[in-house]
Amino acid sequence: MPVELLPETPSQTAGPYVHIGLALAAAGNPIREQEIWNQMARPEAPGEHIVLVGHVYDGNGHLVRDAFLELWQADHQGQYDEDYDPSKAFNGFARTATTFDAGSEWTAYTVKPGVVNNAAGVPMAPHVNVALFARGINIHLNTRLYFEDEAEANAKDPVLNLIEQPQRRETLIAKRCEVDGKPAYRFDIRIQGEGETVFFDF
Amino acid sequence: MPAEDNRRFVIRDRNWHPKALTPDYKTSIARSPRQALVSIPQSISETTGPDFSHLKFAEHDNDLLLNFNNGGLPIGERIIVSGRVMDQYGKPIPHTLVEMWQANAGGRYRHKNDRYLAPLDPNFGGVGRALTDSEGRYIFRTIKPGPYPWRNNPNDWRPAHIHFSLNGPSISTRLITQLYFEGDPLIPLCPIVKSIANPDAVQTLIAKLDMSTANPMDCLAYRFDIVLRGQRKTHFENK
Repeated sequence: MPVELLPETPSQTAGPYVHIGLALAAAGNPIREQEIWNQMARPEAPGEHIVLVGHVYDGNGHLVRDAFLELWQADHQGQYDEDYDPSKAFNGFARTATTFDAGSEWTAYTVKPGVVNNAAGVPMAPHVNVALFARGINIHLNTRLYFEDEAEANAKDPVLNLIEQPQRRETLIAKRCEVDGKPAYRFDIRIQGEGETVFFDF
Repeated sequence: MPAEDNRRFVIRDRNWHPKALTPDYKTSIARSPRQALVSIPQSISETTGPDFSHLKFAEHDNDLLLNFNNGGLPIGERIIVSGRVMDQYGKPIPHTLVEMWQANAGGRYRHKNDRYLAPLDPNFGGVGRALTDSEGRYIFRTIKPGPYPWRNNPNDWRPAHIHFSLNGPSISTRLITQLYFEGDPLIPLCPIVKSIANPDAVQTLIAKLDMSTANPMDCLAYRFDIVLRGQRKTHFENK
């Protein structure tokens, strides 16, 4: 007899009103004393300060305006710090959302993560782990954001290299740009169809 | 404290969860990937995640009867929703963040995009959060949400439900789901419920009436236990 595990509670879509629970300001509601949101790095945080920005598109090429995203990353030295505390200069976790407002982009304010080794000791290129939730998404989609200007590290990255078609790896490479004069990276997610973003199972 | 890379999680059974493409839930048609998910080994990026046990909670964050009080109590059936968060080995998950949100008793959300006919309740916000205790238990007090119609098939109605968001020890255990209520005849009709193929899996989302937790002459109670991916030991891996 195989060892019996309890079945995991099954997922259900986060729905169109996910914001009232997890992104209160985006729902137009009052916020509590501490919310988990998109300011990962305060000005005094060490490292290269960057803005992450992006659209989310559906299979028809239309903007997904009710998406909710979570980001998880190492600090500028490649250390994951799990203790979330808004009084710290840097937290590796953020929440953000696209909305019906003009532009409909998600944003996050962070520092560029350092290199992290995988379980076999192989260095992974700087990356941000991204989870995408929305109405119509039955179970959240996991992906990774890599950086355009880390071409050498990206070429050796053990996760990117598990993606069979090299052109699909490109869907995970955020492009360097500027937002309000600040260094930024654009990471558009295409859920389906041409240029479909690579999503992971782990 | 820097996190250690010594955790692994039981692989997710994607036949138990809903598939990405479930055409009866129409929005899933254009919002589901056509390419297969790419399987990757768990690294420290996947086996770590935020610990919210130092987040500041307000006194009524888990009490929806009081946390949007504008001079009165919300309308609706007063209920307690409680349960345990555990992993697939039955081990309690202590001090983990549990968040929930819901419609009011008339089936209306306090969200700028919800235009349903039912009125907002001036004393009901519909959002709660709590940390599990040292034994993985959580508790909320709220009103029972109402069912509501939604644009899918011409006459689709959501069963009464509460959205639940769980973190657990890593981003691998992240889960958003919905709680339904025992005895609701709308459950088997709902295309979102039916995105889950296995009826046994649906049963695990149905909270049971819990008279042992109900407060006499005050409120009823429902029990909803949640299971997150199991954290396993690693042996001889990649050595």
